[in-house]
Amino acid sequence: MADLLELEIATPERQLVHEQVSDVQIPGKDGYLGILPGHAALLGLLGAGTLSYAAGSGPRRYLAIDGGFLEVLEDHVRVLADLAERAEDINVDRAKSELQRAQEQLASTAADADPVVALAAVNRAQARIDAVERR
Amino acid sequence: MPSLIDIRRRIRSVKNTQQITKAMKMVSAAKLRRAQDRVISSRPYGALLRKVLANVAAAAAADERTSGHPLLAQRAEQRILLVLITGDKGLAGAFNSNLIKGAQAFMAERPSATVQLELIGRKGRDFFRKRGASISGEHVNLAAKVVFDDTAAIARKAMELYRNEEIDAVWLLYNEFKSVVAQKVVLSRVLPIQLPEQASTVDYIFEQPPAEMLAALLPRYIEMESYRALLESAAAEHAARMTAMDAATSNAGDMIENLTLYMNRVRQASITKEIIEVVSGAAAAE
Repeated sequence: MADLLELEIATPERQLVHEQVSDVQIPGKDGYLGILPGHAALLGLLGAGTLSYAAGSGPRRYLAIDGGFLEVLEDHVRVLADLAERAEDINVDRAKSELQRAQEQLASTAADADPVVALAAVNRAQARIDAVERR
Repeated sequence: MPSLIDIRRRIRSVKNTQQITKAMKMVSAAKLRRAQDRVISSRPYGALLRKVLANVAAAAAADERTSGHPLLAQRAEQRILLVLITGDKGLAGAFNSNLIKGAQAFMAERPSATVQLELIGRKGRDFFRKRGASISGEHVNLAAKVVFDDTAAIARKAMELYRNEEIDAVWLLYNEFKSVVAQKVVLSRVLPIQLPEQASTVDYIFEQPPAEMLAALLPRYIEMESYRALLESAAAEHAARMTAMDAATSNAGDMIENLTLYMNRVRQASITKEIIEVVSGAAAAE
């Protein structure tokens, strides 16, 4: 059994990560998944949250993830994210103001306010902030 | 015989044109490089998505609920939506006319079906609008900066029509980027989805039920296909323009060469004529 995982993270626009990692934590749709080498084959949907992984002896890396797919097969983790941003690329102030705006949208009772869209925006902004703060 | 001044004027005008075509070629080359990078950077996701879809489809094949997914439903092709991706600008050789010809052939081959057009790109839009074809939607200026959300919106609209059984099939017609000198017109059916074949079935743990995963994967797959098609088309357009402008530049060079030769001959002839006049004038005076 290999003691490393091959992790690939891609969004439609580009590939963000293609590395050998020792473990990875992934925000699934129904809660976080911790994947270690030797994990059984798995398919799942992603939720909004922070993905983190440890590669070699370097510090743990964090990414904000929102929606997409996950496949684990023979120590190969494929993450197809709708949104994926490295924590170091995230603008916290903007994420915070986005969060506030989304929360106002969620609370508003205006006819054109869509709670589903607003909730997704809240989760997305929160995922960004979490990724930075956990770093 | 035209005068020397006329020919000089002509040469100058051709030179100006040559400068423009040379500049356009250079601009296209720079844009092509960027477009190519985008095609390449979108490839990993596309490849991964196909792999995952194949695996999910194979695992879900046992589940009889999945065969009933509305995006997989096969119907007789009576009403067809043809998504045509042309360029926004001309001066790209046969880039746009090949597509338009392809679209017309597509319709001619299916006389019994009603074909609606979803037009991306100004050239295709102008052509079919003038001819009064039935157009369900038009989008211009998308290729200048290809954004996933833009193409995804078009894909979602097509899927919506398909789900509501307003159309029976969706075809995509665009230019694929083969190499800098070759573009290929590609016609492919995107809906109903042809699931990729997968021989080996792995015993997966499903975090979510296969049917739910498939329902999430299929629309994403179509969105990705349309995004990829537009990226390819943008790269192909720049490549076609670059080749066309390169040819135009060298044609202008040939023309300048010929005109210069002609100009010299005319000049020579006029000098010879003048000498004859002087000589014969002197002979007459003797």
